[in-house]
Parts: sequence; C-alpha cells; structure tokens
Amino acid sequence: MKVSPIRKYLREERLPTIFCPGCGLGIIINATLTAIDQLKIDMDKTVMVSGIGCSGRIPGYIKVDSLHTTHGRAIAYATGIKLANPELNVIVFTGDGDTGAIGIGHFVHAARRNIDIKVICINNLNYALTGGQFSPTTPKGAWTYTSPYGNIEGFFDLCELAVVAGASYVARWTVREVYNLINSIKKALKKKGFCFIEVVSPCPTNFGRRNKMETAQKIINFFKEREIKVKDAKGLDREELRGKLIIGEFVDRELPEFTETYKELILVSQKKFKEPEKPGLAWIELEIRY
Amino acid sequence: MSNQRGKIDFLQGNDAIVEGALLAGCRFFAGYPITPSSEIMESMAAKLPPIGGVFVQMEDELGSIAAAIGASLTGVKAMTATSGPGFSLMQENIGLAIMCEVPIVIVNVMRGGPSTGLPTKASQADVMQAKWGHHGDGEVIALSPWSVQECLDLTIKAFNLAEEYRTPVIILSDAILAHLREVVTIPDHEEIKIVERKYPKVPPEEFVPFKADESLIPPMATLGKGYKIHYTGLSHDERGYPTDDPENYRKLIERIIAKIRNNIDKIASWDVKFVEDAEIVLISYGSSARAALQACIDARKQGYKVGFLRLITIWPFPEKIVKKISENSNQILVLEQNMGQVLHLIKETVEEGAKVYFHPKLGGEPFTPQEILKQIRRITG
Repeated sequence: MKVSPIRKYLREERLPTIFCPGCGLGIIINATLTAIDQLKIDMDKTVMVSGIGCSGRIPGYIKVDSLHTTHGRAIAYATGIKLANPELNVIVFTGDGDTGAIGIGHFVHAARRNIDIKVICINNLNYALTGGQFSPTTPKGAWTYTSPYGNIEGFFDLCELAVVAGASYVARWTVREVYNLINSIKKALKKKGFCFIEVVSPCPTNFGRRNKMETAQKIINFFKEREIKVKDAKGLDREELRGKLIIGEFVDRELPEFTETYKELILVSQKKFKEPEKPGLAWIELEIRY
Repeated sequence: MSNQRGKIDFLQGNDAIVEGALLAGCRFFAGYPITPSSEIMESMAAKLPPIGGVFVQMEDELGSIAAAIGASLTGVKAMTATSGPGFSLMQENIGLAIMCEVPIVIVNVMRGGPSTGLPTKASQADVMQAKWGHHGDGEVIALSPWSVQECLDLTIKAFNLAEEYRTPVIILSDAILAHLREVVTIPDHEEIKIVERKYPKVPPEEFVPFKADESLIPPMATLGKGYKIHYTGLSHDERGYPTDDPENYRKLIERIIAKIRNNIDKIASWDVKFVEDAEIVLISYGSSARAALQACIDARKQGYKVGFLRLITIWPFPEKIVKKISENSNQILVLEQNMGQVLHLIKETVEEGAKVYFHPKLGGEPFTPQEILKQIRRITG
C-alpha cells in the first residue's frame, strides 16, 4: 500500500481529528504539508500557531512545535516568536472570526509591518465551533443562528485588507483549487514577508445545512458558480461583482521585511552610540528605503 | 539601599525597572503606550537594540503580552509593562501563560480606576486583579516594590521567579514610584543571582513536555530545537494534548497551583519592624508603606507601641507572617490605596480575637504619616 508522503508529519496518535464529515480543514492540512514536503522545509525549525475555532485545532495534529493560543491573538503570538527568533518558519492557521473579527487588529498591523509570517486563513463563512453564528465573511442573506431572518451585514474582503495594509503576498482559493493552493503556499513559504492566503472552505454542519447546502459537494458547487479570477474581476464595479467570489493572487511583491529591517535598526542603534556627533543620518537612509 | 557593589545613579522607578530587567537578562519587550508606565517602554526602545535585544510596539496590550509570551517560548526572557486599563486587556493571555506555564514578567504601574480613572495618579487597586483577573483558577506571583531601589531589585527577582516556576510574575508598581527619583545602586552583573529555566535533559523522543518531577515544574523545551511541543490553552495531558478528562484537569490545575503554593516560604518576602512589643501593627505595601513606616517611628517617639509589616510578596499571600503577627498584637491597621483588597486577605488570616482596622486612601495622593498617626491615636484611644 502506498503511504502518503504527508503521513510522516502527522501526530498519528491524535487521529482521527475532531473535524466534521465534509469539512475542508483536512484538504488544507494536506495542501500545507504537501507544500512543506515538496520544499523540504525543516520541521525542526518551523512553528505553527493558531487561535480559537475549528482552524485552531490544526497545529495540534501536526508533528511540529505548535501553539494553540487565545481567540484572535495567533498573529500577535507569531509576531513575538518570529522577532525573538527570525530563523524560525512561522506559519499561522486562523479562521474568518479569528482574523476578520476579534483579531483583525493584529492581522492588519502584522501586514503593515510586513513581518515574515505565513497566514493561512480558513474562511468557512461562519463561526462553526460555537454552533453556527454569522461571521464578518458570512454572505448577505445567509441563515445562521444569530441571523435567523437572514444576515444583513456586509462581507469583509480579508484579501483586499491584507493588500492595502502592506502584505508581500496575498491569494485566495477555495478548497476546489487544491493545486493552486499548494503553489500559493509554496510561494509564501519561499517568500520573505507577510503572506496571507485565504482558503474558502465548506462547513456542511453549521453553514451548509442551514442554507440548503447540506453536503460539502453542494457548498463546493456554490463556490464554483460564484468564482471569478482576479484578472477577470479587474475593471468590474461593485455592482458587477455582487455575489462573486474573487480567487487568485491579489498581490506578489517585494517589500522590506520587518525582522530584516530590525536587524538594520540594531546596527543603526549601535553605530549611533559610536558617532553621537552625527545623530539621525542612518535614519534618513532608512526613510529613503521606504 | 542594597549592599551590592555597583554604579550609583539617580533614577525614577520606571527606569529602575528597566535596569533590573536588562541585568536579569531580559532581551524582549513588547508594549503599548499607557500612562504612567510609558517610560518603561521608551527606555526599552532605546536600550534593547544596541545590545541585540528586541523591542516592539504592538497595536494593543492584548498583542503586547501575546508577543512577549511567544518570545519567551523561544527561550528569550521577555517582559511587558502597562497600567490598569492595559492590564485588564492582558488578562486572557495571562491565563494562557499560566495554563501553558510560560515564564513572563508583567509590570503593572497602578493608577486610579475603574475605567480611565486617574491616569496620572497612583492607586493600589489592582491587587486582586493581579491574581483573579484572568478567568478560571490558577496562581501567579506578584511583587510590590516600595522604593526605586526595590523597583530594580524586585524586577531581577521577578525574572528569576518566572524562570524557576514557569509562571507569569507581576510587578505591582504605582504612579508614585514610577516617577519618584531616588539614588539607586545598579549592581554589577557578577553581583546578582540569575536563575535560568530548566531545559529537558533527554532527547525529543523521550521527552514528555508536561510531566513534572516532585518539584511539580516540568523542564521547558525551546521552540525550534526539535522537541515539537504542542502548547494549548485547553486542558491538556502530560504530552500537551487536549483532553477534557475530569481527573486529568483536576491534576493539572492542582499541580500548577501547588508548584507555587508549596514553595511559598521560598518565594514570599516581607519587611517587619518593631513588632516584638507592639500593641498595634501597621500592615502596608508598596509606596503606601513609606508613610506607614514613618508614622510607626513617629508614634514610637510619642510612646505608642506600634509595629510595622510591609508585604513585598502579595501573591502568593504570605499568610504565615500575618498570622504570627496577629498572635502577638491583637490590633492591626491596614493601609492601602484602595477600598480594601489586601484587607480581606488579612481578615481571613488573622488569629481569632485580633481586630483589623482599615484606613483607605483614595484620590492618588500618597498617605501622610500624620493621617496614619491620627488613626493610631483613634484606635488606641
């Protein structure tokens, strides 16, 4: 029997997972570990961090240094880890509630600093672990336990937020596009900077069943019907994009990375003490870089 | 004044905390500006980069403590500093540090509350929050300096205790000490005792991350060393894996409380004076104790038999000394800048028959020896 190349990365003694049938998290774990395997990432030098929600459980199933932290704070914990030891690969698994609501501050500020953290945000369109309440990414009109007459709130585009905040790499896929997702994760792992990959993922138990999509297949068909590629969405106005799910790479750019800049700051601070007669010169150089 | 050899300087309390932290080996600071603690982060911003340390100004206090805990897990001594409102925001993550047993030092420069309260003036009203602010059970260590010198000395002690017991340690300073300037001895590095955390002695495949020996404190593996530890705020077993087994939860919580409470005699310290013949003992801590000691000295000159006890460790609460004092003197006057917090612990602890009086001070101004003296006269009649 052929053994999957990702099996060696799993804490097999913890299987099966707590995930529901039809959940997309398994596909995302598979895609991430495939990218890690193909790039031969050193798992001894990797840390996976998560917050609270279904996505928060991912690192616990992987043989790696891992932190299952508090709701919304995974990116802040990851910031401390990466700054304290920039040699570590820091990967964050988070969800739409974690990143789009309670922890949105850490998300946009980490993107602003452009710190070398790879965030995989699993957007299952609702708060699922708490039983199915609407989240900042729940589509308008959707039925959830806290929107029993239909969701009247607008949809947050987390990828657009990451772009304007200053991330190096931003992409969105659904679990349908597994190979694109693997490639995006590989790109992010190789890149130096804040990388944000949103994966739209089916939650049949809490989102699907209440919205006439009781199987994963029906939700995936719902994604398929609405998908539009980034390049095709360009030039379309808000009205034309209503109800569409934009997928693809939003941005892939070279920007100064925070831990690298911090290393320069250490040199500046040390030089500054040696040359007190010329304070500020190095700072002007740093400003020009921006 | 410490007897150590070192450099003499004239510092404010906030700066002394930074000197103490750097001497103790702190190389990571994450914070968010807040009065009256901001000088701590300003000083860290200037002093950490030249020595290769990390300073980061986070987007809020939740992020500050989270980043500091993350840094500590990589084996770096880490700290954050704040005041009341920020301390409230940190509570959930203090709980995580307790649950995951992560060493970290948190400075809370207390100001008047609740809410925005008195941002520039002192209080001692976060004593209970330091222990009970996070949800759930648990145990923390909290130290209360009364001088600028002690701001330095207790910060070194805080790092040592955090590393030794794998726990958050809280320094309860206040707005008076923060900006009070006094002569300080900054000890030479060789003069101070530094405690490093216990690391695993076995290879990763043999290491059980939350299995403790009789010390109840498991050795701690550093992230990125191949140990592949899973840390979770969920109730977890000795392997670190989540479980909601009731027996496992009970054992875990009992252990993280006992690892501190069992060592209360090693952890707790206090300052006691003139109690042998005292008919009334003043109990205070932090900056309030300065006026209390003066009042005690003044009262003795006037013939009153007054004793003095200053708590240096607030948590775990040093019950033994309070009990002992109440055996000799059956009148106790508690002095703190709040409506009564340590008061309740003292009432709970004293011998039967001992009378506990309370004189609160609100508004941010320090106690004066005269007002305390007035209370002593009133009580002793």
